[in-house]
Amino acid sequence: MKDTPTTELWRRFSENRIALFSLGIIIFLTLLAIAITLSNLHGTPWPMDPNLTNLQQKLCSPSSQHWLGTDHLGRDVFTRMLHGTSISLSVGFTAMLVSLVIGVTIGSIAGYCGGKIDQILMRCVDALLCFPTFFLILTAVALLGPSLWNIIVVMGLISWTGTARLVRGEFLVLRETEYVHAAYILGQHWLRLIIRHILPNAAAIILITAVLGIPEAILAEAGLSFLGFGVQPPQATWGNIIADGKTYLLDAWWLLLFPGMAILITALAFYLLGDGLSAATESRTAKN
Amino acid sequence: MLSFILRRLTLSCFLLFLISLISFFIMTLTPGSPYPWGEMNPKISPEVKAAFRKKFHLDRPLPEQYKLMISDLFTGKLRSMKDDLPVLQKILERLPATLALNITAIFLSLSFGTLLGIYGACHKDRWQDLLSSILVFCFIALPGFWISYLVVIALVKDVGIPFLGTHSYGIDFPNHLSLWLDRAWHIMLPALLLSLAGMATQSRYLRASLIEALQENYILTARAKGLSKTVILYQHALKNSLRSLITGAGMLLPGLISGAVIIESIFAYPGMGQLGYQAVLERDYPTLIALNFIVAALVLLGNLIADVLYAIVDPRVRLG
Repeated sequence: MKDTPTTELWRRFSENRIALFSLGIIIFLTLLAIAITLSNLHGTPWPMDPNLTNLQQKLCSPSSQHWLGTDHLGRDVFTRMLHGTSISLSVGFTAMLVSLVIGVTIGSIAGYCGGKIDQILMRCVDALLCFPTFFLILTAVALLGPSLWNIIVVMGLISWTGTARLVRGEFLVLRETEYVHAAYILGQHWLRLIIRHILPNAAAIILITAVLGIPEAILAEAGLSFLGFGVQPPQATWGNIIADGKTYLLDAWWLLLFPGMAILITALAFYLLGDGLSAATESRTAKN
Repeated sequence: MLSFILRRLTLSCFLLFLISLISFFIMTLTPGSPYPWGEMNPKISPEVKAAFRKKFHLDRPLPEQYKLMISDLFTGKLRSMKDDLPVLQKILERLPATLALNITAIFLSLSFGTLLGIYGACHKDRWQDLLSSILVFCFIALPGFWISYLVVIALVKDVGIPFLGTHSYGIDFPNHLSLWLDRAWHIMLPALLLSLAGMATQSRYLRASLIEALQENYILTARAKGLSKTVILYQHALKNSLRSLITGAGMLLPGLISGAVIIESIFAYPGMGQLGYQAVLERDYPTLIALNFIVAALVLLGNLIADVLYAIVDPRVRLG
């Protein structure tokens, strides 16, 4: 039986144990985040309320009662980190989605149309690439006011340039292939041509940029939190647990170490997954 | 070559125009006022408010505001809304420290990145490669402020080595050499932390291009001639891959300045990143716009130099 491209890709991908392991971590974290969001919606935060303060037990070091210690208000760091998982991951996913939609749309239009439109769009991309991205995000979020949605939208609006460039490059190649010419001669509408015929063939590259975009957004949110412009307390994210704890960092190392490890491990898993995916697609094209 | 440079310079001017437009509109279209006092502060008389608005052209329509701001920027008359100092002076004061930090960081990124890349490519698909790959991905995945804090706690609190700021205070340096050594020492740690992400990109880039080069026919020929592995690697394969150093250096600049905002505030390093962060906090629009403009100009200049160097190093590349 001949493999379809997807099963072929999966077979090559699953030979890479590290990437598979990273995928496992990501699935686990996503399920955890979904479970916690559901428990919040239900009104019974699991395992307990992350904002439950207990001033008698503030800044406790890790113990059997508080696995990862407590912060300056006596809140349990482990619970806050669990709840932070859902916020941090959803910031990562949604910001990536926003930037992906913009990037793919602009990249496809530029690559498909070519000529003047391509020139104009790509010069805009060049201009945006000259900005230090994080600084631009910081400026926009600080001026608009740091709410969860502002952060997501601003990150999405600013970080689509890389995707647009990649998609454009892919479209410039695919546009000249015979099957696209054939579809064009058959009189297909340009939109259908893009969506049905060209985009699916650029899917691999889009998937990889999507996977690599998530940790970037998570890290950017953490950086914003550190500077005081991230998701605002009392809502917990990995970034603002560290930011809240930075005043006490000489006394309470656990406020710094564990959330940072969470960010590091999650971002690492996404990067390794992206690397595994790109290796799998490369070896597929190399074989063809 | 000359016509290429001229064309690129025209394009850069156009891009700078776009950049100034984007940053101007981000500033003006967002809610909130840039006044140094609260908008509804009853102690400020309407005359003072009107004078402030007139001074910074806030009473004009937006297109005119933009025009005046840009012409002020070029004539050096642009003043900060907070302390009324000329913006260019504020930025130029910080420029040497920023350049020193960023150039050191680029140097570290490229040199260590290259070493890691060579190491990975030589041991392709073996455990050494795996280990160095994971290490390199850790570099990108590290939150910059987190690792800086860990380092600061470990070195300042536990070991007691001072390295915050640009130089040690309260010490009379006997000669210039010791002063410069002290400065170099203070730059080293922030630059190293700043360079981690760039190091990772560079090493992945070099690893990929070196692996590709090692599969070329001329490498097979060299091997068939009985050349040693070292000679093949360093004299034949690496030469063709080293071009990536130049492109790498050109691409690193914007990322470094972003990272510097956080690293500089932790290490109390008086660079442009901190100036920008301060300006964001104070809503100091003229400083922000001038800063964005100058950074973008530096980036464009860096890219142009990289492209020209690329063409000089690799005669196959034709500019135009």
